[in-house]
Amino acid sequence: MERPDLKQALGRLLGPAGPEVGCEACFEELDRYVELELAGKDADALVPGLRAHFDGCPACREEHESLRALVSGEQAL
Amino acid sequence: MSAPSAATVGIVEPATGLPAGALAAPRLDVDSREWLRPLHSDGAIKDEAVARLHALLLRAARFEVARRRPALPYLRGDELDDIANEAADDALMSVLRRLDDFRGASRFTTWVYKFALLEAAVKLRKRAWQGREVPLEPESWSLFSSAGLEPDAEAEQSELLSTLQSAIAEVLTPHQRRVLVALALNGVPIDVLAERLNTNRGALYKTLHDARRKLRKHLHERGLALEQWLEEN
Repeated sequence: MERPDLKQALGRLLGPAGPEVGCEACFEELDRYVELELAGKDADALVPGLRAHFDGCPACREEHESLRALVSGEQAL
Repeated sequence: MSAPSAATVGIVEPATGLPAGALAAPRLDVDSREWLRPLHSDGAIKDEAVARLHALLLRAARFEVARRRPALPYLRGDELDDIANEAADDALMSVLRRLDDFRGASRFTTWVYKFALLEAAVKLRKRAWQGREVPLEPESWSLFSSAGLEPDAEAEQSELLSTLQSAIAEVLTPHQRRVLVALALNGVPIDVLAERLNTNRGALYKTLHDARRKLRKHLHERGLALEQWLEEN
C-alpha cells in the first residue's frame, strides 16, 4: 500500500541512509556537481555524498535546484 | 534538454600568467581567465570588473527571487528587489574575499552564482519567517498517520510511531531534540533556526545528522524494519 505522506515524514525525520557530506562541503562542491550533471557525467560517482545530502537538507537541495536551473538556462541560450 | 557538449563549458587550456591563486588551478576555461585577470588587477580595470561581477551576481539573485516569488505573495516587488540587491552586495563581498579559492573546478560564473543564490535564498527564508515563532516542540504527529491502512499495517505503524516518539524523547540530547523537531518535524528552515539559536547551518546540520543516526540505530536495535516504510535497500 502506498503511504506517501508517512514515507516523506519519516524520510525527513530519519534522513538519508547512506553517507553524506555536510552543508559546507556541499557548498564547496555544488558548482562542480552541477556542471558535471549538465555535461551528462555521473556527478554522483564523481562527487560522492552530495546526492544523499540533498535528500537530507532541504536548503541545500533548493540551492542545487536553483543553480542547476540558472546554469542550464544559460547553456540553452 | 539534451546534455551539452564539452564545448559549452569553454575550451580548457593551461592557466599561465595569472595571480597565485589561479596559477595553482589545474585548468581554467577562457571565460574564467577573462573574469579573473581584471579582478586581480588594480585601478579602473579592477573597478570595472567588480561592477560587471556585481551585475552578474544581481542577475543570479533576481533569478532566485523570481523562483521563490510565488511562495511569497505578501512581499511587494520593491521589497523583493531590495532583497536581491542586498544578496548581490553580500555575495560580492564573499566572492572577492574568496577569489583565490577558485581553482577552476567549474566555470567562474557557475562558481560565483552559487554565492548569490545562497545569499538570496537565506534572506528570503529569513524574511518569510520574520516575526514568526520558531516551534521547537512537536506541533503534530498527524503527518505520520495514513488513513485506510489494513489492521496489521496500522498496528505496525502504531508500533513504529510509538518507538520513534519515545526515542526522540529519551535517546536524543535536549539540543538534538530541539533541532530535529524544529527542522524535520515542524519545517523550520535551517537558516532561520541557525539565526534564532545563534549558530550556523553547518553546525545545525551536524546536530541533525547525529540525531538521525541515533534514531536509526535505536529503531534498528528494536527490530523495526525501516526498509518497508522508507523503501530503502
